[in-house]
This record gives sequence, C-alpha cells and structure tokens, in this order.
Amino acid sequence: MIDLSLDKCLVGEKVYVERVESLFDIKRRLLDIGLSYGTEVVVLYDSICGGIRAYKIRNTLIGIRDNDAKNIIVRRRNA
Amino acid sequence: MHNKKIALAGNPNVGKSTIFNSLTHSREHTGNWAGKTVGTTEGIMKYKDTKHYVYDLPGIYSLLPHSEEERIARDFLIFDDYDFIIVVCDASSLLRNLNLVLQLKEINKDLVLCLNLIDEAKKKNISINKVLLEKLLDIKVIETCGFEKNSLNKLKEFIYNYKGRKSSSFKLKYSSFIEDKISYISSFLDKYDLSIDKRWLSLNILRRDEMVVSYINNLLNIDILSELEIGVYDIDDEMVECINNKASDIYNKTVSFDKDYSKDRVLDKIFTSKSLGIPIMLLFLGLIFLLTIKISNYPSSMLFSFFSYLEDILFNSLIDLGISKVLVDLFVNGVYKVTTWVISVMLPPMMIFFPLFTLLEDFGYLPRIAFNLDGMFSKCSSCGKQALTMAMGFGCNCVGVTGCRIIDSKRERLIAILTNVFIPCNGKFPTIIALISMFFVGINSSLSSLFLSTGILLLIILFCVLMTFLVSKILSMTILSGYSSSFVLELTPYRRPRIMKTIITSIFERTLFVLGRAVIVAIPCGFIIWCLANINISGISILNHLISFFNPFGNLLGLDGVIILSFLLGFPANEIIMPIMLMCYLNSGSLVEYSSLFELRNLLIDNGWTILTAVSVIILFLFHYPCSTACLTIKKETDSWYYTFLSIVIPTFIGVFLCFIINLLF
Repeated sequence: MIDLSLDKCLVGEKVYVERVESLFDIKRRLLDIGLSYGTEVVVLYDSICGGIRAYKIRNTLIGIRDNDAKNIIVRRRNA
Repeated sequence: MHNKKIALAGNPNVGKSTIFNSLTHSREHTGNWAGKTVGTTEGIMKYKDTKHYVYDLPGIYSLLPHSEEERIARDFLIFDDYDFIIVVCDASSLLRNLNLVLQLKEINKDLVLCLNLIDEAKKKNISINKVLLEKLLDIKVIETCGFEKNSLNKLKEFIYNYKGRKSSSFKLKYSSFIEDKISYISSFLDKYDLSIDKRWLSLNILRRDEMVVSYINNLLNIDILSELEIGVYDIDDEMVECINNKASDIYNKTVSFDKDYSKDRVLDKIFTSKSLGIPIMLLFLGLIFLLTIKISNYPSSMLFSFFSYLEDILFNSLIDLGISKVLVDLFVNGVYKVTTWVISVMLPPMMIFFPLFTLLEDFGYLPRIAFNLDGMFSKCSSCGKQALTMAMGFGCNCVGVTGCRIIDSKRERLIAILTNVFIPCNGKFPTIIALISMFFVGINSSLSSLFLSTGILLLIILFCVLMTFLVSKILSMTILSGYSSSFVLELTPYRRPRIMKTIITSIFERTLFVLGRAVIVAIPCGFIIWCLANINISGISILNHLISFFNPFGNLLGLDGVIILSFLLGFPANEIIMPIMLMCYLNSGSLVEYSSLFELRNLLIDNGWTILTAVSVIILFLFHYPCSTACLTIKKETDSWYYTFLSIVIPTFIGVFLCFIINLLF
C-alpha cells in the first residue's frame, strides 16, 4: 500500500493517523494538538491564499500548513 | 514541622515559573514563550509556621536527555535529595504533558500532578475527568489556574498538609523482549541496596545510558555492560512509542470536549470563503478604523479643554506661590502642556480601538484572518499570525509588537516585530487624513470628496501592507534567514464576546500600559522642547538655529528644516509632530493646535509647501523610526539593542530614501 499523506486528502474526507514523520520539534507540536496513532482527522476547508488547510482533530479546529501535513501519514479506514 | 524539599518539573511554557514565583515570592522573570528557565532555581516558601525549599527545574519535554536542559533536570530528579516532585501540566495540552508525567512515574519517586491553566482549558471547552486521571495514573491531582490567588493558596495548603507516599502501583508495560531483559538486570541489581528505582536503572542500563552506566559502574565497582553481557539494542523508539500510546490512551479516557461545532462550521464557511472572506475582513477592520477616527474627536477635544482649564489654574496658583515666572512657564507650557497633549490625543483613540479590537478577538474571528492570509506570509517565510500583529499595529505599534508573542518561532517573531512599524498606527491617521484633504481632495464635506479621500487612504494602507511584505521577505532572505517553521494554528471556537471583561482588560492591559510609557517619555521631551523654543543664543532661539541647521538636509528630501526637526522632536508620539511644526512656523513658545484646515493649509502654503511637499511628508510619516514608546517596547520584547536599532534604522532609511528619490525625479 502506498503511504497517504494528510495534504493529499480531499476536503470532507475522514481519515485516521498512522504515523507522524517529523523531527522532534514539529512532532511535539503535532502531539500538542492531539495527533497520535488512530486519531480521527476530518479535512474541513482550504484557505483563500492556499498553503494551509483546516482540519477537525479531537473536536478542535486546527490549521496545518501543507508542508507539515505532508509528514502526517494517514489511512482511510480505521484498523 | 518537617521542612519539605519540593522539585517543580514540567514542560516548557506551562506556567511553572509563575507558580514558583508566587509560592516563593521571588521575582524571577517569567515569559510567555517556551524555554525561560535555564538552570535550576531555588526558592523558599514560607507558609504558616513552616518553611519549604522549592526547586524550579528547567522546562523539559522528556527524561531522555536530548538537550542541556533535559540533562540538568534529569540529573536533579534522579540523584538529588528531595521529598516529592510536583509536575506542572498545561490542562489544555494534556496529551503532550502526559508523556513527561509517564516518564516521571517511571523513576518511581513521590509525584504529584498539578493541572495548571485549568481556566484556559475551560475556555476552550476542554473538560478533564480528574478522578479518573488520579485513578489511572495512581497520582494525586491538584487543579490551579496560574496566578489566581485562591488556587495558589490551595496549592500551598496542599504542600503544607501533604504527608507523602512512597510506592506507586503504576507501571508501563513494554514488549516481552524488553521486559525479560529488565527483569534479568534488576534481579542482578537486587543484590545491592540502591536508592534509585531498580526497574528504571535496568531500563537505562539496557539503553546504555552513559550517565546511568557510569553511575552504576562507579558505585558497584564493576563494568555492568560486560558483566551482564548486555548487547546493543536500540529501544528508544519502542519506549517513546509505548509512552505515547499509553499517554493517548489515558488522554482519550479522561479528556472530553463539550461543544458541538456545527454552528461554527457555518460561520467558518462564510469567513473563509473565497468570495466573501477578504471583503468581510476589510469590512470589519475598516469599520473599526472609521469608528475610532470619527468618535475619538469628541472625547479628545473634551480632554483638551479640561487640561487647558487646569492649565490656567495651575499657572496662576504657581505664580501665587511665588515661584519664578520662567520656572512656572517651563513647567506649565513645557512639561505639562506636552504631557497632557500626548494624553489627550492618544487616550481616546486607544480607548475606542482596543475594546473594539478585543471584542473581535474574544469573538474568535482573529485566527480566521491568520488562516485566510497565511499563504501570503508563508511565501515571505514568515508566520500567518503576523497578520494579527499587523492588525493590532493599526491601533498602536506597541501593542502590535507585544502581540508578536503569539508567534512561536523566534525568527518569525523578530520579522513581525521589526516590520510592525510599517503599519501606520492611530497616531498617524489624523495627520495623514488632514494632509489628504488639504492637498489632494479639497476641504469640503461633499460625498464625492469623502469617497475620494477614503480611496486615497486605502491606497496608502495597501502600500504600507505591501511594504511590510517586501521588508519581511528581504529580512527573511538576509539577516533573519531560515525556513518557514511548522505552523499549527488553532481556530478557536466562536463565542459570545464578554463585553465588560473585554473593556476592562483592553483598558488596563493595553491602553493604560501604552499611555504610561508614552507619558514617561513625554515629560522630558516637554522639558527639551520648551528649552529649545525659549532659550536664545545671539538673539535667536535654539530651535531656529536647529531649523537652519537642518534646512539643507530637508531641502535634499524636498522638505525643510522645520519638518525634519518636528519629526525628531516628535519622538514621544506621532500625534505631536504636526503641533511642533506649527509651533516652529508660528514662532511660538509652545505647542499649537490648528483651528481649521483652511487656516492650516494657508499657513503651510505660506511656508512654501506644495503637493510634492505633502507627498514627501506623508511618506516620511508612514516610514520613520517607531515612537519612543514603541522603541521601549521593542527593546523589552527582543531584549536586544541590536534589534531595537534595526527597527529604527530600517523604516527611517526607507522613508528618507523614498523622499530623496521623489525629490530627484519631480
């Protein structure tokens, strides 16, 4: 199976976190917002200027830049 | 009563230093961003009849020592002698904090969990099941909210009464491979009497942790790794994963969110839509500016007449007291006049702008602006939150600069601070508007001229915003180069703004704060202006000497000596630049306010002003050094003279350069 990264998901899709492939500092920030294995993420909307999208994570709305979303590997069905 | 020794541990930026300071009444500087405490600080907490020692450890994310801070904190926690640890957690990011808590549980010392900033968490509709958390972690949990007195007294009372308990039943379970190795090593260690938890030691011997291995080797006088034939295993990843999984398991069980966001979703669809997003943003900000500029005239003129009424009384009563006339004149027409002038022109716009802006903030709209515009900022390698600090800058650059604290990355924060002054603040608008109507539109109140002047003002603002982007881009390519850091923006839930609270916080935390700093500089400045205007050398006032001195430089920029000197003397506040100019042109001994725009225009034209002069003055108004208050704020926020210097030089250079070019071309 090819890895699916969060920035490739479509608006409205519901996906589940597989792993986060970032360095320490960024990983920490992503943990801060509650991104851990199995967490449900819903892609909500694009930004006007692009480069960032809004996601629903653990009932909070979070904007994550596509550059960072690239490192969040997700899958479409919960295991 | 036994004097306890307490270690304060926790992630960076969870309010640990604030708790430490209020427990021990020390004044260690606390900041609003990560990584303030570097060494370990010791303080004494006196409560009732007892005296306890509190140790504030550096903020750390984990006990696996990756950094100097983590090493210092771990050394202390493992080897030092203390009664118990209080681990301070940020209630609104408990998941990350739990990682450290679990690692601290592993060293098996007496541990108490302090859920700090519980009020912030409640604001975000996060609720934490404290009882379940206590049960799952086998730990005592206390809730606090930062510097609120009541909750801190609760914490003190808890420390006072805490009897301590030694063993805990909590254990992290690793894979059977690691567990087998651990029991093998700890069965060896069981032969010795050690003060440190044996399971933890075994785990770290297995990790080949340098500090632990050499500690054991020295203590037992053996080479433990070869003695037990321990191979090289990379178990850090598995440990981290195991801790993360346990943390999210506990987190999922204990933390819940109360709010349903379907209504928010509708609002967000509008505020972030491609067609309406930007117009709505401009509408909101435009409305705030319009209200500020229109309404603040009235309280401003009331303050003026109040202060000038006092001025006469003050003057006469000081004369009656028998103080020499020169001194009274210096005090009343110099210091008093300039200071009250600054208050009269600065206070009303701030009193209107900040509450309105804070209402928008409280409502939850501001993160949406950052979200909408982030793409543009990321192209300049800066942070989307800079949009917010820019918006605050329209009110006052000092508040904008202070607001830059919300930006996590230091590099991006500095870019935002250094470029904030490119956004014209409230103090510049009235003068710029007056210049527009005098020289470009014509002084009348017809609808078409209102639209024309609004249009020109919008173009000017747009120009400033573009300049901000340009300078941000140049800074990020030169002295502040680096990658755009990861950017996680929380789109906080909308809520009904709390009007009273908003007004109180914006007046106390923003308005009075800025005004206080402005007054501090206005006082000596009033003194200097009076001296310059009233002390004569060979029959001419120093002021006039300076004007002739600056004339050649002024002419080079298409201006004159008076304008240059007014900008220099107007350092305390942009609002007094125009009054100083009038004072110079009219050869008066103190600040002068214009009574009508017609009169002002005639006066300026009599002194050789043309449309080109007006253009240059507007440009210099937009781009020159920050006012004294903003400079002080920049020094305070960056803690560096270098960046304060840059923040003065960059805009001044751009303003002077643009004027020079314009004068050369036309």
